[in-house]
Amino acid sequence: MGTWSVLRVFFNIIAFDELKTDYKNPIDQCNTLNPTVEKVKKIKRVKIALKLVLPEYLIHAFFCVMFLCAAEWLTLGLNMPLLAYHIWRYMSRPVMSGPGLYDPTTIMNADILAYCQKEGWCKLAFYLLSFFYYLYG
Amino acid sequence: MCLCSCSPSRMEFPSGYGSHLPSYSVPSGHYSQVPSKAAASHLDNQYRASYYPTYYSAPAQNVMTPSVGTNVLNTQESQQLYNKTPAHTVGSAEGPIQGAISSASYLHTSAQQSYSAFGNHYSTSVSSSVASQGFPLNSDHYTMPMVSSAMYPNVSYPPVAAGRVYGQAFTSQTLPAVGQFKETNTFSSQSTSVPHSLQQHVPVGYNTTLTTISSAQSIQDSLCRNLTGSVAKVNNQINRGMQYGGYVNNQASSAPAPLSSSSDDEEEDEEDEEAGCFVPYFHPLKPFFPLRLNTRSMTSSPVPAPSVPQTSKASKPFGYGYPTLQPGYQNAAPPAPVQPNNPGHHPGFQHYPQQYPGVNQLSSSLGGLSLQHSQQPESLRPVNLTQDRNILPVSSVPAPVPNLNSDLRKLNCSPDSFRCTLTNIPQTQALLNKAKLPLGLLLHPFRDLTQLPVITSSTIVRCRSCRTYINPFVSFIDQRRWKCNLCYRVNDVPEEFMYNPLTRSYGEPHKRPEVQNSTVEFIASSDYMLRPPQPAVYLFVLDVSHNAVEAGYLTIVCQSLLENLDKLPGDSRTRIGFITFDSTVQFYNLQEGLSQPQMLIVSDIDDIFLPTPDSLLVNLHESKELIKDLLNALPNMFTNTRETHSALGPALQAAFKLMSPTGGRISVFQTQLPSLGAGLLHSREDPNQRSSTKVVQHLGPATDFYKKLALDCSGQQTAVDLFLLSSQYSDLASLACMSKYSAGCIYYYPSFHRSHNPAQAEKLQKDLKRYLTRKIGFEAVMRIRCTKGLSIHTFHGNFFVRSTDLLSLANVNPDAGFAVQMSIEESLTDTSLVCFQTALLYTSSKGERRIRVHTLCLPVVSSLADVYAGADVQAVVCLLANMAVDRSVSSSLSDARDALVNAVVDSLAAYMSTASNLQQSMLIAPNSLKLFPLYILALLKQKAFRTGTSTRLDDRVYAMCQMKSQPLVHLMKMIHPNLYRIDKLIDESTIHVNDRVVPQPPLQKLSAEKLTREGAFLMDCGSIFYIWIGKNCSNNFIKDVLGYPNYASVPQKMTQLPEVDALSSERTRSFISWLRDSRPLSPVLQVIKDENPAKTDFFQHLIEDRTEAAFSYYEFLLNIQQQICK
Repeated sequence: MGTWSVLRVFFNIIAFDELKTDYKNPIDQCNTLNPTVEKVKKIKRVKIALKLVLPEYLIHAFFCVMFLCAAEWLTLGLNMPLLAYHIWRYMSRPVMSGPGLYDPTTIMNADILAYCQKEGWCKLAFYLLSFFYYLYG
Repeated sequence: MCLCSCSPSRMEFPSGYGSHLPSYSVPSGHYSQVPSKAAASHLDNQYRASYYPTYYSAPAQNVMTPSVGTNVLNTQESQQLYNKTPAHTVGSAEGPIQGAISSASYLHTSAQQSYSAFGNHYSTSVSSSVASQGFPLNSDHYTMPMVSSAMYPNVSYPPVAAGRVYGQAFTSQTLPAVGQFKETNTFSSQSTSVPHSLQQHVPVGYNTTLTTISSAQSIQDSLCRNLTGSVAKVNNQINRGMQYGGYVNNQASSAPAPLSSSSDDEEEDEEDEEAGCFVPYFHPLKPFFPLRLNTRSMTSSPVPAPSVPQTSKASKPFGYGYPTLQPGYQNAAPPAPVQPNNPGHHPGFQHYPQQYPGVNQLSSSLGGLSLQHSQQPESLRPVNLTQDRNILPVSSVPAPVPNLNSDLRKLNCSPDSFRCTLTNIPQTQALLNKAKLPLGLLLHPFRDLTQLPVITSSTIVRCRSCRTYINPFVSFIDQRRWKCNLCYRVNDVPEEFMYNPLTRSYGEPHKRPEVQNSTVEFIASSDYMLRPPQPAVYLFVLDVSHNAVEAGYLTIVCQSLLENLDKLPGDSRTRIGFITFDSTVQFYNLQEGLSQPQMLIVSDIDDIFLPTPDSLLVNLHESKELIKDLLNALPNMFTNTRETHSALGPALQAAFKLMSPTGGRISVFQTQLPSLGAGLLHSREDPNQRSSTKVVQHLGPATDFYKKLALDCSGQQTAVDLFLLSSQYSDLASLACMSKYSAGCIYYYPSFHRSHNPAQAEKLQKDLKRYLTRKIGFEAVMRIRCTKGLSIHTFHGNFFVRSTDLLSLANVNPDAGFAVQMSIEESLTDTSLVCFQTALLYTSSKGERRIRVHTLCLPVVSSLADVYAGADVQAVVCLLANMAVDRSVSSSLSDARDALVNAVVDSLAAYMSTASNLQQSMLIAPNSLKLFPLYILALLKQKAFRTGTSTRLDDRVYAMCQMKSQPLVHLMKMIHPNLYRIDKLIDESTIHVNDRVVPQPPLQKLSAEKLTREGAFLMDCGSIFYIWIGKNCSNNFIKDVLGYPNYASVPQKMTQLPEVDALSSERTRSFISWLRDSRPLSPVLQVIKDENPAKTDFFQHLIEDRTEAAFSYYEFLLNIQQQICK
């Protein structure tokens, strides 16, 4: 689980970073309408990253259940806050018909983008730590 | 500010300023300019001079004179100096004033001398003589400390006078009577004492003399500026030329941090305010709360202004990468010989004194250079809100003019299309946080312009690194290179740019129209096209269910379309199509050659398809006859329909399919809640909750169907405009999404009925006329760039944000406004100007790819007082309204309301803490923000944000949509309508427009106390005019203007003024048509009598009055005051 989560969060961070730095790319801005090949790829990657949200949450919840079954109380206690956060996050997501968390119309607000990025980094740290904790603990 | 701390802190200067020493050793040329003796004796002062900019630099020299006064004396004297001198120089002929103050003549001459010294300053080294004049000038005041201390409490008077004059000069009307009246008013409200009366003469004398001087500038300011400028000269020169006013200022504000204790600062601030002119000062960094509206962005802890980088900047070699350089100068001023004594330090600046020998011009040009002595004192004049009841200006509130020199000011973008909430940009985010005002831009980029330079050129000159378009604020380093004003990269000037097509001369790149106009339009080459420019394509999607037919809107729409068919913007390729829907979707085959239009019905709404691939969107010119037939037939085709359902979603999907190959505009007319197929909605409104004071729910969309559809449309360059004409709840919150994200526009006509509600019918007609004939831009993108260090963080308006600074606008129309929130990411200490550039790339209806570029240039300031002085209250309120809309959707309405109130409380509290001499028991605002509480109260009473008053959910949501998408001018009228009394329009104070006499009645407070029964009043709410007739209104007026014999016979539903051949009728009509001409949408007129049901609409706009659910203005002020004291 650890590896997978780490991977997905890492991917997410990269995606958001790309979103953010998109306009800072100084060259090839002459035609903003021009979706260069690179840009299309980037958008695709971002989309994939955004789709990975729900699996991540599900896997995390699944592991929590497993910890519960195994009576790993300490580990479970460590993971509970994140689980609660996930639930809250998904409950307060913008109105949308499909699964997902990010709204394309607001994701570009610097506030939200920065928040998502920060969230990504924090989670990355958490998953990395718990990865080693599960490995050696 | 320094005076109190001068003597004690002098001891500390050497150590504190040791770090600065190198900075002065660099421009050694300056020293040689000043006699060496003076340099030696002033060595100590230099630091103080740079440190306490300009104003106080004068008194600072007093310390050098033998007769060193006490601290108290010093401060009073400085205040004396600035308050008095101007008055005397202007009104020196006035007997009483001169008698009252003995030093008048002396001051007079000294000021004059300093002018002359100023004028010929550059020819010789006059600095020593200026200095010598400076001493007696100051020491003279030692003789009269009593007078000055007596004046202490009411120093705000001279600015009052100046303000009057200033206001008059600004609006270029002469209203002496009103001005005088107000003057006396304010006097009487104050407690009187002998010294007061003494002082009071000054402003009056002032006023009379000033009115004769037709200078656009406030005289007091200019005099202040001259005087202090000249005195400051000495110091500045020692430093490195006074052009660095702004720069010196930077140092001043940050450097003293370790030296001055907080109590000192506070005392010092007092004098700043008293002095009438403002002076930058430093505040100890206190803990602050972020402006509560944007919590996340502002919660960063205060960053102390760095002082080290500044010193290093100061010692930088000349001419290299100096961002402080005011770029516009070099191209604005023809090359002039560089001053030998300033080896290249700012060649551009040095031209000025030579070019403008005249004192007035000189002072005004200096005003832009050294920021602290410009016209601003007026905007910083403290206004006691609880006592000053007449805060509304005589005519509409003007946009504040950025504090730039006259040349840059002339070049700058019009405030109508580009406005910033703070016309003085704070240097750091910490300073911005301290001011507790939001920083942002209000844009109206596609506004109808009467004058617009259009440039056709094969190469559009842009910065190679940040892609900024060349603009008036770039600097030409030499003939072949220019430096970008946004990223400071040096670019080459292309060969073609050397040739000026206007003058047909070669080698004058700075005279090209691009560099002479801040608003230009380029015809873009094929580099700017992804595909060939699309034709204008219009698709109308019309609701024809029973409800729609009943309301009878079809007739109006078809009629308007028939009338304006030839005026639709477009070229020979223009295409048009129609879709109607009830429970099925009907298409119309208008293929050329058919004898009559063919209706194709698709009833499979779950899987909608296009019945024929082409011929649904047809060429307007080729099929004009068929289109006309259809429009004539449509209103009667569905008269007997029994279909009550509405399949809006499927119809929109079909429209999207139809439009996706080309892009264009979809106009949707909807009259009820969509009840079939995809995107069906359910009623969410609980009528009992309409007047709830607690929670207002359902402000957000119920489904994301419309949002997704809008995003799909936006991707295919299609915009969806929504006309909602409904009498019941139709969930505008969900429906509006289709326009919000596809850059469309939203119109809402509550309880529309063609015959029962003629006012709405007329409004629809007028709106449609404007809507169909106005300019339109297709497949547009807009990018906003700003100087390095600033960053955009949130956008408001109707669009889709494609990238962090790129807005995708499928359509752009001239009535669309945008707002942008900004933050300061890096400190702006090394620049004195910031620029913002909006570039709107669009395809015109004629199939041309065009780029409209607006550039705005604003000064950077380092002191809190300057930030307040430059606040643009209207822009601030509009931006806050946008932020509050976001807040009420994402969080809750009560949150948004609290945030709005907190915005006032925080900013006024922050201001009052800077000016701590003001008694805490009073509610004081700077003049620039005096309307802030009023506007916020008005916002709170808007349909969008009000609670407690019964408000339909759709009305509320519509008001919110308007706040997000209206440009500033329209929005301000909506928030705070203008009220005029029109029954006694007099010939005085009129203006002439096109040989017509237009009376200019003064603005009235929005309060019922102003509505006398004998009067008639006109309220201008932007999209609607109300004329309220009092019960005892004179029959003459009713007869002449309304055309009825008496009050009782005036009908309930009157929407037009008859043309009666009488003077008062003519005046009223010319006034109303003048108001109408000033806006694109011609508003509907409604005459209101006392028993009229529309009365409530009228009275809800009287926002200064108390309602059962909301504060009156005075109560609101008391409430704010209470919260500040808490």
